[in-house]
Amino acid sequence: MSRNRLDYLDELEAEAIYILREVAGQFEKPALLFSGGKDSITLVHLAIKAFRPGKFPFPLVHIDTGHNFEETIQYRDEMIARIGEKLIIGHVQDSIDEGKVIEQKGKNASRNALQTVTLLDTIAKHGFDACIGGARRDEEKARAKERIFSVRDEFGQWDPKRQRPELWNIYNGKIHKGENVRVFPISNWTELDVWNYIRRENIPLPTIYFAHQRDCITRNGQLMAASPFLNMDEEDVVTRKNVRFRTVGDMTCTAAVESYAFEIDDIINEIAESKISERGARMDDKVSEAAMEERKKGGYF
Amino acid sequence: MDILKFITAGSVDDGKSTLIGRLLYDSDAILADQLEALHASNRKNDDGTIDLAILTDGLKAEREQGITIDVAYKYFETDKRKFIIADAPGHIQYTRNMVTGASNADLAIILIDARKGVVEQTTRHSFLVSLLQIQKVVIAINKMDMVDYSEDTFNSIVADYQKIAAKLGITDVTFIPVSALKGDNIVYPSTTMSWYTGDNLLQHLETVEVNRDNTAAHARLPVQWVVRPQTDELHDYRGYAGRVASGAFKVNDKVTILPSGFTSTISKIEMYDKEPAEALAGMSVTVHLKDNIDISRGDLIVNSAGEPQLSSAIEADLCWMDTRGLDTSLTYLVQHNTKTVRCKIREILYKVNINTLEKDFDEDFKLNDIGRVVIKTAEPLAFDPYQENKANGGAIIIDSRTNVTVGALMLRQSAE
Repeated sequence: MSRNRLDYLDELEAEAIYILREVAGQFEKPALLFSGGKDSITLVHLAIKAFRPGKFPFPLVHIDTGHNFEETIQYRDEMIARIGEKLIIGHVQDSIDEGKVIEQKGKNASRNALQTVTLLDTIAKHGFDACIGGARRDEEKARAKERIFSVRDEFGQWDPKRQRPELWNIYNGKIHKGENVRVFPISNWTELDVWNYIRRENIPLPTIYFAHQRDCITRNGQLMAASPFLNMDEEDVVTRKNVRFRTVGDMTCTAAVESYAFEIDDIINEIAESKISERGARMDDKVSEAAMEERKKGGYF
Repeated sequence: MDILKFITAGSVDDGKSTLIGRLLYDSDAILADQLEALHASNRKNDDGTIDLAILTDGLKAEREQGITIDVAYKYFETDKRKFIIADAPGHIQYTRNMVTGASNADLAIILIDARKGVVEQTTRHSFLVSLLQIQKVVIAINKMDMVDYSEDTFNSIVADYQKIAAKLGITDVTFIPVSALKGDNIVYPSTTMSWYTGDNLLQHLETVEVNRDNTAAHARLPVQWVVRPQTDELHDYRGYAGRVASGAFKVNDKVTILPSGFTSTISKIEMYDKEPAEALAGMSVTVHLKDNIDISRGDLIVNSAGEPQLSSAIEADLCWMDTRGLDTSLTYLVQHNTKTVRCKIREILYKVNINTLEKDFDEDFKLNDIGRVVIKTAEPLAFDPYQENKANGGAIIIDSRTNVTVGALMLRQSAE
């Protein structure tokens, strides 16, 4: 390490830990949103570094669509047992049962959009004033403009034109009652940074990130895992493929990529040479060019 | 490998977005699906080539208006360095956005249109760069293709700019003639400007040295969080967690806690499962002291050999960032590192006309205005002059009615 500048992973780690500690210092009731994906797993690892030997000053919150990969849920439960922190689960099924949202119909039905409602209800129910998330600015154009402390109104909405100036590393977490702040400690990380960090720190991941055999169908040019949650018809041909997932969302909206990357080194090589960006494998962004911006304004993470 | 953060200053007319797009495009930082979207877009240059500026236009509102409203962050890397670009809008009504982007930058690229030379906007951007104390400046003289790649034009702009730099005290300037549209001297050397023998833009960005202040005299650790597990086996554990803002701390260093003034000695430095001998600027650490002192969030741990100023009346440069103008009768909040206290703007000394650099004495401090003020704080702040130590000299003003960040302060000196 040069004496003047930290190595980039040390720099990114130090910044993320600093942001997590700012959340602890500035808010009364924060929460860490845990999706089971590699980015939120990285956040948990960073929180361990930020607060041990103390406990986390916040619970983990998982919004469970009910359509998750079972490997994700298994990972989540094992991780919680290992780290001994509190987990709160918000169920999209509850929102459906309460009539707050209606299950989508048709071939491309997904619960991805519904989880925004469950998330906002969970935030309101527990009175969370800050929600830490694993979004990164390199994921998507709208995210490239989001602040590290991003204020949401009581409807969970993001207003890109009314963002607070954010200077130096001074984060303004002051809010009115009913508002909350979404905090993104790994804003400045790229997908490759996350993978390199996971490798360096030996962070365990759900198995679906690594190449495995799975029954898949091709839809809208993308490989989807065949599952009871996906509305399939006779046109859908199931084939067994060697695949892995680059992001872990709902089974109905997360596309697989064909891959023989069985080890983390293989994955890093694959990404370094990759010609498709990470969110390119998310069908939920494909709807229109401004898809992410619109969903963020509506309260999506 | 380290990270270089830089800002690009200039307007759409100067080809700023095209320059960034070119940097990303030619350094293969654009992935296939993004490239596909780029080619599919119906925005083209006059000669039918793809408009690289699209790569940096994030928000729908911006695409509709064809301008950049907010700071967008872009990431790319080469085998020498990682880069974070803060792409800030150049128009005067977005001065606050540029100040935001500039606050974390190690380097600024200021674009000048070769056809127009040094203009009012150049002065304004340079003033902001010097106000925010960005270490390194690159003047990219763009659109060289429109002036027949003329060396004379380049030299005359360089001479003009040097006068501004001298006036503003900007010392570290590099001039590069480029054409973002055609790709000259961005990632590849120019075939049309053999008279220019310096580095192209990417080479320069890869190799320019930027430093962190790691001198013991400026050792500053703002306390963010006190780690106290209070379990049976860690009953007496008390660690002060924070990110070293500047300087370096070592075990056994004598330290002073501000504002209380208590002194102690560092007994241990922790980074989770490691115990480094030194905590350097930029590291997030947990520090233990030999004595049991009352320390909480907002306190500043400093090396006793080089204490900062401690004052509750401070002269500062102010950039106003809110549509509601400054009200000297109101009580605001000031946030300086991890400390937040009430404050008033006691006095407006002057404003600066940021296009002409002339002083202006009207009392109206509005959105995007910059000037010098004296603030009065409810408790003293332990600060260093921004000019000497950015990491402990910047602060923000928060309007407690709206909770919005309304001002950026570059603290200068005690006015007590």
